[in-house]
Amino acid sequence: MKKHTKSEMSYVESGEPLGIPRRDFFKILGGGIIIFFLPKGIAEISAIPGEQGRSLPKDYNAFLHIDGDGMVTCFTGKIEMGQGIITSLPQMMADELNVPVEKIKMVMGDTDLCPWDAGTWGSLTTRVFGPSMRAAAAEARGVLTTMASEQLKVPVSQLEVRDGIITDIQNPKNKVTYAQLTKGKRIEKFLDVKPSAEDYKKFTYVGKSYKHADATLKVTGEARYSGDIRLPGMVFARILRPPSHGAKLASADTSGAETVEGARVIREGSLIAVLHENYNRAEEALSKLKAQWTFNELPVNDKTVSEWMLKADSASEVAGKEGDLDAGLKLSEKIFESEFSDPYLAHTPIEPHTALAAMEDGKLTVWASAQSPFGLKDSLVRELGMSADKVRVITPFVGGGFGGKIASQQGIEAGRLAKLSGKPVMVAWTRDEEFFYDTFHPAGVIKIKSGMDKEGKIKLWDYHVYFSGTRGAETLYDVPNARTTSYGTKRGGPQVHPFGTGAWRAPNANTNTFAREVQIDIMASAAGIDPVEFRLKNLKDEKMIACLKAVAEKFGYVPGKSPGGRGIGVACGTDAGTWVAEIAEVKVDKNTGAVKVLRVACSQDMGLCINPEGTTIQMEGCITMGLGYTFTEELMFEGGNIKDRGFDTYQIPRFSWLPKIQTVILDRPDQAPQGGGEPAIIPIGAVVSNAIFDATGARLYRMPMTPERVLEALKKVQK
Amino acid sequence: MKETISFQLNGKKTEILVDTTETLLWVLRNQLGLTGTKYGCGKGYCGSCTVLIDNEAVRSCTLPVGDIIGKKVVTIEGLAVNGKLHPVQKAFVEHDALQCGYCTPGMIMNATGLLLKNPSPTTEQIVEGMEDNLCRCGAHMRIIEAVHTAAKEIKGGK
Repeated sequence: MKKHTKSEMSYVESGEPLGIPRRDFFKILGGGIIIFFLPKGIAEISAIPGEQGRSLPKDYNAFLHIDGDGMVTCFTGKIEMGQGIITSLPQMMADELNVPVEKIKMVMGDTDLCPWDAGTWGSLTTRVFGPSMRAAAAEARGVLTTMASEQLKVPVSQLEVRDGIITDIQNPKNKVTYAQLTKGKRIEKFLDVKPSAEDYKKFTYVGKSYKHADATLKVTGEARYSGDIRLPGMVFARILRPPSHGAKLASADTSGAETVEGARVIREGSLIAVLHENYNRAEEALSKLKAQWTFNELPVNDKTVSEWMLKADSASEVAGKEGDLDAGLKLSEKIFESEFSDPYLAHTPIEPHTALAAMEDGKLTVWASAQSPFGLKDSLVRELGMSADKVRVITPFVGGGFGGKIASQQGIEAGRLAKLSGKPVMVAWTRDEEFFYDTFHPAGVIKIKSGMDKEGKIKLWDYHVYFSGTRGAETLYDVPNARTTSYGTKRGGPQVHPFGTGAWRAPNANTNTFAREVQIDIMASAAGIDPVEFRLKNLKDEKMIACLKAVAEKFGYVPGKSPGGRGIGVACGTDAGTWVAEIAEVKVDKNTGAVKVLRVACSQDMGLCINPEGTTIQMEGCITMGLGYTFTEELMFEGGNIKDRGFDTYQIPRFSWLPKIQTVILDRPDQAPQGGGEPAIIPIGAVVSNAIFDATGARLYRMPMTPERVLEALKKVQK
Repeated sequence: MKETISFQLNGKKTEILVDTTETLLWVLRNQLGLTGTKYGCGKGYCGSCTVLIDNEAVRSCTLPVGDIIGKKVVTIEGLAVNGKLHPVQKAFVEHDALQCGYCTPGMIMNATGLLLKNPSPTTEQIVEGMEDNLCRCGAHMRIIEAVHTAAKEIKGGK
């Protein structure tokens, strides 16, 4: 498999598209125009549509642009945060448009240039944005071929498109390039009948491994993140923060801060900020702000949260139902009841939320680390009372998101301060602020009552999930009598959660997969059946079965009953349209309770895999990151006071934790591509818990599986 | 109090007027325009701000700039020579040893410092030496491989 390097794949940094002066470029993207072409690199086309739509546009011009030199620019409202779409989207476009992949440049996350997009989350880029972009490219190819047919005076059926060149099959000298067709012209043409996307068998780029297209920029320090943008006269803001969530400002004395030379205090309502051109001086001024607060906090902390959630008066709904639970009870020979729990988790991207905002001629531009540039734009329009055409959000490279940058409060703060001060203002959250204002993965509790017959066939599955939502809560197994009930369907709200919560990589699927797969393991053990075999016996889902077999083969799995003293566990699940199975081997120190994961094998069926190397990297990343929620991550808090404010107390995975990771991607080229940024993280908690059980007979129901909790579980085995 | 200090930055003699209590990180990023060195935590726990000072990997977020007077400072921008990537940078690209890329400059500077001290590290020594540099995306496995590859290339004198 040929591996391409950065030099083979071009990239234009978002915000500086095509090297064209920004003002000129604004005029390029006209509504209703088909393809716009750039005479001598700069074009004058009608003004950008004022109001952004709320679905992806039908006009393919919004997705792509071919210039006079044949370079193709691909526009997407999606952003690059490490998941690798800056590499995989050009592969998809190249195959639909029939141009070399190195001729494609990306412009991402710019609300003035890119088609509206809800945001980059849920592993949706490939499976939802991808088809729209491919359809746009296919239509553009069709239009260009029609134009070539007219120019070359041969029917379309006699033409072949390769590498952006349209050739008469019968007379190969009779040919024209995309660039020749489009040079300096504005052409308005759509196809009445939309062409279908290319057959996968014709793909040249899709399905091949490509290295990160942005790697060279990132290893040289040239890659620009929001905090790296510099504007003349810009100042840094440090903002007065409450000591805890729920605290309200009673009074503030800003006189101390004003004594710092060059510092300027800005106050609007409860927003109090100090601005200084020097970051360290802004920090000094902030330390001299004095404030009094009134407190109003919920009586819950990290120790009592499970109990608190079970007691919370919350709405419930039946999310799934099959057969009759009473019948299932009667058919069951053995009944199993378990309770699982999961704490609040922080996202902790290494880049904290950062934004730079500047007002120029009445227009606000905000560069922000944001997973939803258009969402941030909407918030700015609303909160600053500005019209939509006067607000632009640009998202440069994002230093990790994981769901945490769906909310971009820092962008609003920077926008407000820029408007109030008249200066370009950078709001770069400290690590402390990043922890405090995170939208945490919500804590949750899951209760399962399940039953099986003498043969080890599951007959009953009564699943109750509290505040962990229903993503990943499907029964998965072939159970005739099953019900899933979800409590706290309004995601808790302030009466339950003492602070903001949100999506955390494969939101809630981690919690639900943990509970289900440990429960299945409990039943397999009680049935005296090998846990892989037990799953296969109770599954009808062919993709899941294939994934389990594939991972067993990759791992070199030897069947055996659990606990077998080997420290091997299995777990599986589905997320983002992808099926995933994992087998892990652990070593447990029975004296200290410390667990070391030695090896994880992972198989994944994600339909057509666009970039196998990129996918493998995501699988490795998911497995590594998942070890954090499995072993250490648990937010310490007391009411609204977040106690973990840094990496000294909140531990995320480190080099020494690394297991050997083996991956296998099932070959499914004829099936629609699915999500790849999240699935492999969902089984990690369960696969480790099950492996600990296999090693020791101790069962872990609560994450993270700290040494203390492992020791506690071990004590129960010895009794 | 501001004073003029002098040091070597990425191979060039540099003089700046600065308050010597300011942290090196922010002087690099704001006064010297070298934004490749990243803020991650501001307390020395994550390593994104790592630079080399007299060939030693150091966290610039907690270091007063006054401490570098007369010393040699190398940042991520100073590693490549005439556009040719340093072996550690090259190995990170070859192994795809990054995702979001935000911790990458710190990882590369720390690995470079590690290889200056120990040109032939074992995997255990790489793990130990890189342990306190944090990556949230989970590029660790490839980073270890990249450091091995870079070590081989540096020794081979390529």
